Amino acid sequence: MSCSRRKFLKNTLAGAVASSLPLSAFKLLSPAEVKAAIGDAKVRWAFLVDTYKCVGCGMCVKACKSENDIPYNIPVTRTWVERYVVKKNGETLIDSPDGGREGYTTPTIHGEKIDPDDIVKGFFVPKLCNQCETPACVQVCPVGATYQTQDGVVLVDRSWCIGCGYCIMACPFGARFFHPIHKVAEKCTFCYHRISNGMTTACVQGCAFGARQIGNLKDPEDPVTKIVMTERVSILKDEYGTKPQVFYIGLDANVR
Amino acid sequence: MRNHVLRPLYVALGVVALILLARSMIVPPDFKAQRGDFTFGFHRASNVDEWKAVPIKYRGKESCAECHEENVEEHASSPHSTIECENCHGPAINHPDNPEALEIDKSRAQCLRCHADLPYPSSHRSEIAGIDPADHNASSQCIECHQPHNPDLENM
Repeated sequence: MSCSRRKFLKNTLAGAVASSLPLSAFKLLSPAEVKAAIGDAKVRWAFLVDTYKCVGCGMCVKACKSENDIPYNIPVTRTWVERYVVKKNGETLIDSPDGGREGYTTPTIHGEKIDPDDIVKGFFVPKLCNQCETPACVQVCPVGATYQTQDGVVLVDRSWCIGCGYCIMACPFGARFFHPIHKVAEKCTFCYHRISNGMTTACVQGCAFGARQIGNLKDPEDPVTKIVMTERVSILKDEYGTKPQVFYIGLDANVR
Repeated sequence: MRNHVLRPLYVALGVVALILLARSMIVPPDFKAQRGDFTFGFHRASNVDEWKAVPIKYRGKESCAECHEENVEEHASSPHSTIECENCHGPAINHPDNPEALEIDKSRAQCLRCHADLPYPSSHRSEIAGIDPADHNASSQCIECHQPHNPDLENM
């Protein structure tokens, strides 16, 4: 077998190019497939919390637990309300007994009675899953049990989750927990069964003060979108780079 | 090539074939990469519909008004109008078929969620009429004196 140097180099180059092309490069995609692949949906769910309006009644926590079958007396919850009290000396007291499911009915925090004249700031911060644009919890799942839907909500496939708990540790917001009955990772779904059927979430409906709102960021006429675009809103833990989609009005530097 | 050299190769190929066969049987066809970006988005696509099919428990005021129009209308002019019926009356999911299913929360603790006085400037809580639960008729239920549907302090 004879082989000239020219031919050898030519074949090597052709072979290298051919082997570097994946099979998918030859696949023809329909426009619908391309659209689906780049996530071109008409809906992007986002949440807006007004901390001035929240009174710490905990009705959202109660409604959420009931709506989503989270055992009431076990201290796990998809959404919770934190209390922040800043004293004149700069000390900040933070608590959230059982996620605030019974509401806040006493001024005592961690057994400490606080003199009302000593309080400079006191407020409540409702928290829930931030449905991040680049979710850390989805990236760490070793089995593909958690994922982001086209409309931006992060869900857990209960039949697929192996309960390893990586996602619970990966979430910078502590929004995930282990479901005591299903024995899988559990999280806020923005009440996916409600919002996909034209309703609002159980916590938004249960809030009597309008402190919670859910909206579609891709609809410029949506009241939530208008506020996010035109008013001063902030997000939690920006430094983690997960791009949270729960926006807050009146967030304080003490809120973590 | 000699037979005893090729035999392990056949065994290895057989094992690979077996694994691929088992995979095609166990893994649902809709479990695949669902995104074109670097995260691939491996998941079972039909799970989205499973989440959409979860039953809705809290039906909202509009649903209550279908039968109890008068009550909902009366409530609309009350200072408590922003409170959903189901916050106290419980989720309506089984109520139309089985009226006994509703468990009404008439407890003092339910009222105190908002009306226990907390002196917090910069929070709406301090603007709500509040009491000290230890001082204000500690042993009575609130609804013995206050009408929860129209809590008018003038006409008690």
